[in-house]
Amino acid sequence: MRYMLMHKVNDADPAAWSPTPEFLARMGGFMTEVTKAGVLLAAEGLRPSSEGAAVIRAKNGTQTVVDGPFAEAKEVIAGFAILQVRDHAEAVEWAQRFTALFDEIEIEVEVRKVADFG
Amino acid sequence: MTRADTHQAIEAVWRIEAARVIAGVARMVGDVGLAEELAQDALLAALEQWPAEGVPRNPGAWLMTTAKRRAIDQIRRRERFEARMPDLLHPETAEDEFEAIGEDTIEDDLLRLIFTACHPALTAESRVALTLRVLGGLSTDEIARAFLVPGATAGQRISRAKKTLADARVPFELPTGADRTARLGSVLEVIYLIFNEGYSATAGDDWMRPALCEEAMRLGRVLAGLMPAEPEVHGLLALMEIQASRSAARTGPSGEPIVLLEQDRSRWDRLLITRGLAALSTAERLGGGTYTLQAAIAACHARAATAADTDWHRIAALYAELPPSPVVELNRAVAVSMADGPAAGLAVLDPLLEEPSLRGYHLLPTVRADFLLKLGRRDEARAELERAASMTRNERERALLLDRASGV
Repeated sequence: MRYMLMHKVNDADPAAWSPTPEFLARMGGFMTEVTKAGVLLAAEGLRPSSEGAAVIRAKNGTQTVVDGPFAEAKEVIAGFAILQVRDHAEAVEWAQRFTALFDEIEIEVEVRKVADFG
Repeated sequence: MTRADTHQAIEAVWRIEAARVIAGVARMVGDVGLAEELAQDALLAALEQWPAEGVPRNPGAWLMTTAKRRAIDQIRRRERFEARMPDLLHPETAEDEFEAIGEDTIEDDLLRLIFTACHPALTAESRVALTLRVLGGLSTDEIARAFLVPGATAGQRISRAKKTLADARVPFELPTGADRTARLGSVLEVIYLIFNEGYSATAGDDWMRPALCEEAMRLGRVLAGLMPAEPEVHGLLALMEIQASRSAARTGPSGEPIVLLEQDRSRWDRLLITRGLAALSTAERLGGGTYTLQAAIAACHARAATAADTDWHRIAALYAELPPSPVVELNRAVAVSMADGPAAGLAVLDPLLEEPSLRGYHLLPTVRADFLLKLGRRDEARAELERAASMTRNERERALLLDRASGV
């Protein structure tokens, strides 16, 4: 089964978007670990809403488009990873190892099961 | 966290770490069976201690250290231990040495573990069971459910495998030279066997069965990380990922099989296709092989937006590159007929009528009937369909073939 890990950080906190070399080294190590464990299927990191973002809302078929930066949003998704795991507990274990990389900023990691249409 | 949650969290850690712990201990004790038991002891210790004391900050290192301490105890108890491993007279030094082992060594140990679990001294069944046990961290019960056998049978396969390795004194090392190619072949075969067992699961089967496909792909990725220069490791991974990408489209609403050309391609898994095509290009760049060629054939379908877009010329050419066999030739005949028409297909197919190994193989007259029908040779087509019906043991298939014959 697949799980998606999404991490959220403060959109306006510069520290959250300019990682230190130490952090990048830790993150690189983690990516190597999940890759070699055979569980990583895909992962991407995102940029803050000031660098290219939009939100499209629809109500009764009428759309409104709001371009970034998002003034009202505090927490935004900063990246995601799709993992192939055996169960929920394994996804949470990997998510905890991932969360442990961030010791300099505040972060929230969301763990969600990917829909299976098989 | 409730006790049950902690228990599940520990098992998750175990599945992630089991192979590395077993591999690390196996290098110390030189015996995969014993290493697996010592690692299991460490798991039991974790299940006892962690719920009360909390999960340690680095649970993998905890399991590794605990298992290695037990291995040292075990070695100490052995006869002639002094003569063989004098370092261990000073356990502190020895432990430091073991702890200081770097990532490279762990990867070498993992590779040794894979090659040992897939050793040719073992039966295919035992290789598969032992691989899932020591590399996948699967329990005996999970292996039993995956292969639709009683728990006792799965347990026997594993204990027999361990005993065979110990009796044959199979060393915990990597094969070299010409032996290495043959042994890698055995490793790839075991992984593909696991994959195909999962791929043959049908609706209503225990979920452990289809989960074997994911387990096989995971093992394939682990192996690709350990042996990045081996073309066929990437070739097999590509083949599995591209085949697995069609899982959701392979059956209809009531579980009936849907053949490849009639599948709804919007249900193919794009992520697996992308990964599979990337693995294929790595395999081809490194020189390829039989799995790579099979993956390349699968990729021709994966790349085609619709069945009509399929590059049959390329598929026919790829079949011609595979090691020749009557079944490969039969597949080539189908590809040639799709590329160049039924007459060309028939020209490839007809020599197979003399092939003793295909006598009684109902797909040969079935395919021939298709070609003949397209050529308007209806009487011959009908006779071939009737011949095919007389060959199959599957009642439903026989009825279908006779039905088609009467409609010609």
